[in-house]
Amino acid sequence: MRFSSYRAGSFFDEMFGENDAPRAVAKPLVNIIQSLPEGELLRRQQSAERALLQMGITFNVYGDSAGTEKIFPFDLVPRIVSSAEWNWIERGLKQRITALNLFIDDIYHDQKIIKDKVVPAHILLSAKSFREQCVGLNPPLGIWCHICGTDLVRHRDGQIYVLEDNLRCPSGVSYVLENRLVMKRTFPRVFEASRIRPVAEYPSRLRDMLESLTPPGVETPRVVVLTPGIYNSAYFEHSFLAQQMGVELVEGRDLVVSDGYVWMRTTKGFERVDVIYRRIDDDFIDPKAFRPDSVLGVAGLMDVYRAGHIGLANAPGTGVADDKVVYAYVPKIVKYYLGQEIIIPNVPTYVCADPKELTYVLEHLDELVVKAANESGGYGMLVGPHATPELRAEFAKRIQANPRNYIAQPTLSLSQVPTIIDDHFEGRHVDLRPYILYGNDIFVLPGGLTRVALKKGSLVVNSSQGGGSKDTWVLTDDPGVVRESVAMEQQAATTGAVLT
Amino acid sequence: MLSRVADSIYWMSRYIERAENVARFIDVNLHLMLDLPVGSAQQWQPLVDTTGDHEEFARRFGAATQSNVIQFLTLDGDNPNSILSCLRAARENARSVREIISSEMWEQLNKFYLMVTAAAANPDVLASPHEFFSNIRMSSHLFVGVTEGTMTHGEGWHFGRLGRMLERADKTSRMLDVKYFILLPTVAHVGTTFDDLQWTAVLRSASAFEMYRKTHGRIEPRRIVEFLLLDDEFPRAIHHCLIASRESVHAITGTPTGLFRNPAEQLLAQLCAELAYGQVDDIVNSGLHEFLDELQSNMNRVGAQVTETFFAAKMAPPSATKRKEARA
Repeated sequence: MRFSSYRAGSFFDEMFGENDAPRAVAKPLVNIIQSLPEGELLRRQQSAERALLQMGITFNVYGDSAGTEKIFPFDLVPRIVSSAEWNWIERGLKQRITALNLFIDDIYHDQKIIKDKVVPAHILLSAKSFREQCVGLNPPLGIWCHICGTDLVRHRDGQIYVLEDNLRCPSGVSYVLENRLVMKRTFPRVFEASRIRPVAEYPSRLRDMLESLTPPGVETPRVVVLTPGIYNSAYFEHSFLAQQMGVELVEGRDLVVSDGYVWMRTTKGFERVDVIYRRIDDDFIDPKAFRPDSVLGVAGLMDVYRAGHIGLANAPGTGVADDKVVYAYVPKIVKYYLGQEIIIPNVPTYVCADPKELTYVLEHLDELVVKAANESGGYGMLVGPHATPELRAEFAKRIQANPRNYIAQPTLSLSQVPTIIDDHFEGRHVDLRPYILYGNDIFVLPGGLTRVALKKGSLVVNSSQGGGSKDTWVLTDDPGVVRESVAMEQQAATTGAVLT
Repeated sequence: MLSRVADSIYWMSRYIERAENVARFIDVNLHLMLDLPVGSAQQWQPLVDTTGDHEEFARRFGAATQSNVIQFLTLDGDNPNSILSCLRAARENARSVREIISSEMWEQLNKFYLMVTAAAANPDVLASPHEFFSNIRMSSHLFVGVTEGTMTHGEGWHFGRLGRMLERADKTSRMLDVKYFILLPTVAHVGTTFDDLQWTAVLRSASAFEMYRKTHGRIEPRRIVEFLLLDDEFPRAIHHCLIASRESVHAITGTPTGLFRNPAEQLLAQLCAELAYGQVDDIVNSGLHEFLDELQSNMNRVGAQVTETFFAAKMAPPSATKRKEARA
């Protein structure tokens, strides 16, 4: 397979620049791919897919018959990010998570930002993800959102924008780690030739961050990952992270609150739990505090949390900053709390709650992408230019019925990366979700999940909607950074190779 | 260890062992049918009878023909004890404890599962049944071997072995019982070549033919019963399986051997003693089928008590216990 017939076309291509010449960051990889014998790349792609199936690296599809699993499609051609660009992204993400945490803390305490009329009160108080029960809470270290996965996209103009903040239970980091392992097996020579920043330290960083939330007085904290169970779409990831961190994976029915603490049922009786990395939404986490019909959570958990006897990541209530309408105010939020201009810009956003903007949105539905404020995973979304007139009409009705619940953005021309389609390369649109950990300090995993829309022309990259993934390579100029291959060998030696 | 996790490891092992044994039953019967005297009827009904699912089978399939029985026991997704269903259940359990078992165990089980689902999608596989059933047996052995070599022999491993050994003891007892179900064409067959063939088939079901030969030589029904029931060294003999089950329960609880602290330990000790000191002549004379029937229901009770003791977690949480004590 060769790139000779590949054309970047009118989109921004992450791998090829002007006149279809490879960008500097991509040159070593392009050379290696060009030098492979005919059919070799395809063979490697198939062997990578087989490996993923046998390892059972799958996700569950909702709305499909119970327990249907699919492999998250994986494409061998990575997205490559230069060192300079990454440094800029990293600064931008740190700025954003700092400001958003100050915002959440303010919202659940004095609400100064509302009193100062920077964010309208009606927007906040009508946010579905605002949690009355969290008012006045003081999470450990004063931080609410410890784990964040921010979606970035690049437009035709080459500019990177933040598309959305995922401050609740962002998923996908396990694919970043597994994809890297598969890539290293597939392209060992490239990893020797390039300086690619490692991702393998994520589980250790995550565990350190979780331990930083240990209630005072506990010497050796017991950390657990709380999952809704094997039918959850991200179950593989919950189990993978627990395994990689060396902590227990629990379900709600394994835990019980008693005497002001959280305990887990073991074969030898009850043992105390100190920190929970919960992968269950706020609504389901404690039937006493939130939805009473939840069977996934732990009754009384919020009381223990309020008393400071358990660490929770993320804190309940973080979703308020994840609301798509609140998103539109993030540049103002950054300015308000940090006195800085926002580093990575937002996608221009029309808030339908504003009558003027609503009129504009309804008149330009065929150009805009409309999103429901409280949905994620690509559900409840209209891509105007690609939608039928009937669907647009239906959305217009929905928006008018509940303007508060909708925002609209111009349809972006997402950048593309060459992708193996049958037996040749075609450009496919991508986004990028870096992962951020916020404990005693802020750590941004170099790289993140590059999601790719495998359908020709499609802009929807969600795994539930026919998306796949690619490895993301962040290059470094710094010779002091441990080379990826070395770090991986060390990891394999200490934890026992995960995949062989 | 979490009760739920122990429960899942236990059932994961049990289901894999169950699938393996179903494959053994069918494969041996296939061989046996080839050796039947010309003109005698095919014997597939006994296989369904030994699984205990004969009513469901009759309702859905009717006649116990070779293809009906094999379909029901192998690839029928609606039969909870078919090989396909067992693998599905084993994998569901493994999925819920993926972070506890080794990656190698998970990969082996996943491959095993994919092999069986591929077969379910392509029934031609049953055209060469011996190869298919032999693959199932080997996949199960491979899983046990990988478990042996990659998982710490701690609490979780013991729950796995407990499940495997209880299941195997149950299945060996059913294989012995098959002989009871296979009614000979006439009494005249007793002690004939045909009778020998059937007893040999029972041994082969348990992969015991060669080991039996080394121990006892001649094919003698009583010696075969003795070997599969009372031998403490042959790994598929019931006595051996119960000894291993008992060791694992004690390893889990830390109760010294010779004592018991829960009903499972008590009953296992009783069963082991019965098999250690029992005489095959007494057992056969007072009725092998009745003996096996009693043994099976006792082993079921052991299973129920294991669930009660370790998985049901009916214990009260820490402070509630304290309060109760204070009141008393």
